Amino acid sequence: MKRAAMVAACLAAMAFVPALLPGYNTTLVTEMLIFATLAMSIDILAGYAGRTPLCHGAIFGVATYVVLYYASVAGGNVWVGVLLGIAAGTLTAVVFALLAIRTSGVYFLLLTLAMGMIIWGICLRWTSVTGGENGIRGTVKPEWLADQARFYYFVLVVTALTTAAMWRFVSSPFGLTLRGIKESESRMRALGYNVSLHLFIGFTVSGFFAAIAGALYAFYNSFVSPSTVALGQSVEGLLMAIVGGVGTLFGAFIGSVVIIALENFVSLYTERWSMVMGAVFILAMIFAPEGILGKIYSLLARRREARAAPLSKSSTATGS
Amino acid sequence: MSMTAFQALNGLTFAALLFVVASGFTLIFGLMSIVNLAHGALYLFGGYLALTAAMHGANFFVAVVIAALALAIAGLVIDRALLRFVKGFELRQVLLTLGVAFMLNDLALVIWGGDTFTVPVPELMQGAFRVGGLAYPRYRLFVLVFGVLIFAGLWLLLNKTRLGALIRAGVDDAEMVDAMGIDIKRVFVYTFMLGAALAGIGGALGGAFLSLYPTADSEILVYSLAVVIIGGRGSLAGAAIGALFVGMLATFGQVWFPELAYFVIFGPMAILLAFRPLGLFGRAA
Amino acid sequence: MDRRTFVKTAAATAVASTTAAWGTLARAQGEPIRIGLLAPLTGVVAAGGKEMVEGFSMYWDSVGKKSAGRAIEVIVEDDASNPDTALQKARRLVEQRNVHMLAGDLLANTGLAVAEYVRGTGTPYFIPIIAADDLTQRKRIPNVVRIAGYSASQMPRPLADWAAKKKGLKRIITVSQDYTFGHEQCGGFAQVFSNAGGTIAQQFWHPLNTADFSPYLAQIASLSPDGVFAMETGADATRFIQQWNNFGLKGKIQLLGAQNFTDQSVIRTLGAECEGIFSSAHFCEGNDAPATRKFVADYEKQFGKLPSLYGFSMYSGALWLDAAFKAVNGKVEDRPTFLKAVNAVQLKDSPLGRPVRLDEYGNPIYDVFIRETKRRSGGKFWNVPVEAYPGVSQFWTYKPEDYMKQPPYSRTFQGINAKI
Repeated sequence: MKRAAMVAACLAAMAFVPALLPGYNTTLVTEMLIFATLAMSIDILAGYAGRTPLCHGAIFGVATYVVLYYASVAGGNVWVGVLLGIAAGTLTAVVFALLAIRTSGVYFLLLTLAMGMIIWGICLRWTSVTGGENGIRGTVKPEWLADQARFYYFVLVVTALTTAAMWRFVSSPFGLTLRGIKESESRMRALGYNVSLHLFIGFTVSGFFAAIAGALYAFYNSFVSPSTVALGQSVEGLLMAIVGGVGTLFGAFIGSVVIIALENFVSLYTERWSMVMGAVFILAMIFAPEGILGKIYSLLARRREARAAPLSKSSTATGS
Repeated sequence: MSMTAFQALNGLTFAALLFVVASGFTLIFGLMSIVNLAHGALYLFGGYLALTAAMHGANFFVAVVIAALALAIAGLVIDRALLRFVKGFELRQVLLTLGVAFMLNDLALVIWGGDTFTVPVPELMQGAFRVGGLAYPRYRLFVLVFGVLIFAGLWLLLNKTRLGALIRAGVDDAEMVDAMGIDIKRVFVYTFMLGAALAGIGGALGGAFLSLYPTADSEILVYSLAVVIIGGRGSLAGAAIGALFVGMLATFGQVWFPELAYFVIFGPMAILLAFRPLGLFGRAA
Repeated sequence: MDRRTFVKTAAATAVASTTAAWGTLARAQGEPIRIGLLAPLTGVVAAGGKEMVEGFSMYWDSVGKKSAGRAIEVIVEDDASNPDTALQKARRLVEQRNVHMLAGDLLANTGLAVAEYVRGTGTPYFIPIIAADDLTQRKRIPNVVRIAGYSASQMPRPLADWAAKKKGLKRIITVSQDYTFGHEQCGGFAQVFSNAGGTIAQQFWHPLNTADFSPYLAQIASLSPDGVFAMETGADATRFIQQWNNFGLKGKIQLLGAQNFTDQSVIRTLGAECEGIFSSAHFCEGNDAPATRKFVADYEKQFGKLPSLYGFSMYSGALWLDAAFKAVNGKVEDRPTFLKAVNAVQLKDSPLGRPVRLDEYGNPIYDVFIRETKRRSGGKFWNVPVEAYPGVSQFWTYKPEDYMKQPPYSRTFQGINAKI
């Protein structure tokens, strides 16, 4: 139950953000929460199912587009728009999953990249619906969420719920099966598991959560354009998942905080954010491919082993 | 010369450029299993270097050679200083090259600024070549010829030299080559350098008629990806056929279906990746 | 070159500046006027963004960075040619740096995104470069003012009139980048040209960053019009001009261009292939007027190149703001009065050499030149005035209410033969 206590403590700490970090910083933390959700959804696929995608930005952005279109252009009820947005994003994930399930590794990466770009192409060229280059704008956030602090709490609650849901998902037997598939697909198949079906469901669930993040983003940004669904969004989401720790789920929060804070900090002094981000990618791949949380976990595991070592040494000495 | 023949020439000449760039990409992908996402940035750098050389008085061909050599060295540095730490981990290699792409792109912006530049071509190749009633740019015909020469040169390299034989063997089965006692690492490095040099040559060549600007790298990368996916990794013939396919699709697609400009490239690429990832001529690693 | 102003520690100031913002008007008077300048310093239009900052800073440096007794603090943020980034930076400028106003942005979608944001906060937002028609027409936001800027369809109309009546061109084909800026410019051109008796034979729309114009050039060659109106910006403009020349069309068909097409940002890296192109704009760097000559000489001395639209417009924008600051005695915190003053400014010392004022919709009225690209001493090319059309507003000769009844220009509505 230590974990539950830690989670409660985190939530309690987060509740103080608007008081301790008012104004712009609250907005920043809100953004971190939304992107952490996106990064977590990517982690479900990359970390637990072992398939690294470059299309979640597109799924995210599709939800944003639908919410803004329905609420701002079509004048519909915003909550219906949110439901439609999440549905649209999930549907996109379903289509992607159907095509991508047969591939893995680098080919999976490239295929998801290509599919994400097709979505981008649609958003760019279907001007009558998506507004083309100009995108869609409109303050669709309901009036009672206009206050910065209140909106923050709303996002915090939604994020807490989705995190809990994702955690339950990856810890469930289904999630364990996904991890088994990541370890060795052939073994799972030999054991009789329907690997394709598991991957398909995993991809769809991952897309569902990415779509939720996208719907939140519509409230946050009041604007969407093709750059929201572009490859850059998928790359940044993936980077957050990697920096935080692929396969740790909660690492996504660390990744989101690090990348957004770094971006904010770096851009105060220089325009070379792109170069810094590239350097982060390179350094992460060489020195810490398991991410920050991943590294922490492995250090803790090593310490646990070291503490247990004296016992095992004596047992080998007695030949057991 | 009918309109269609005119457009076909356009597609052909564009395909020649794509071939030069994608041939490097496919060799690296085929032999080392590295999807070099920095390939576009290498192209751009090659173009800018050729431009700078030309601005300091170098003749066009000298500029191309300079670009090729400089990029070969860059390839050496990237391979030995960075890629060697993630050898064997396919996804890490890809993401590392992505990081390199970001850095090179921004570095180019710092060095050359964001203005659009064009690599100057020699007098001989300027203007139009008149046939019948129609004029066709001389430089584009030169690109076509050059592309064919590069194909010939690479074919000779791959089929008539020891290094080429090693590369082909490595594409088939790198472990086996290593097991036979041949220093496959050396072959890898030379291949990466060759691939980078080809990207650089492509940049110099393309910089003269497509011009150089901050997002040119991601554009050419996307085309190269499509060419290699369609043609199949590690195959020279695949790169040629793929380049022809993509070049023609892009040109005619623009004329007949301007609305669907992106689908025309990504559609076939996505479908092939989903159902036949090895492309037309690729062989399983 | 250091064109940014640093705050000492971002974190500590976050709290400090929030309390500072609560200061009384009297206390605020001693503080500098903070202007948040958003510009694309990275990304596809990085070159233009850099010049925006150069032009803006050049003005404030020339007046010692003060106005109406207060210091001027310009805080520059990179919008990365991306609307999501632009929004991020706008939020930071308004909520953390407590700027009194925002200015800048280049790409229409970045401007539209930030405009939506300031609609909610009421922050004054000045857009000398953003040319999206509707921001000063049907979708007007009162605190968004297009000082020293122009709306997309405003400029090509005199060119269309001149082409039909003075140059006697009868059949024109338009080639344009396929997005709103292109639609609006071509619409402005097509409506006037067709109403003046000319025919728009064909309209080509191509995606941004088209590498290869040969499909269009081949068709143009076979359709043989009297002229071609090209609406291209950045790399597309450079490539179009070069490929136009390489395909042998230069000299055979008259090439007309939008203001961006022959802007310095394009032609300064080109040679003889860009000669003899006609365009229309309020700004003409080869203009003989003393104010223009002085500005161009100063700019060239400081930056080693001729000023482009981006540098010039932001410079004029700064000049405009200076006049407004002086008109309210520096009390920019009183937003309604300040905005009223901005709208009432009549710019007399503009580098255009002619007075400029806003119409009732927040868009300037200009004397527009028909310009031609000519060789300058030193081998480079610039735009030289050939004729002038006085008092051109965003509504041309139409009545605003009647004009706005017509749908906004788009790919499907180009105003061809539509009478107002």
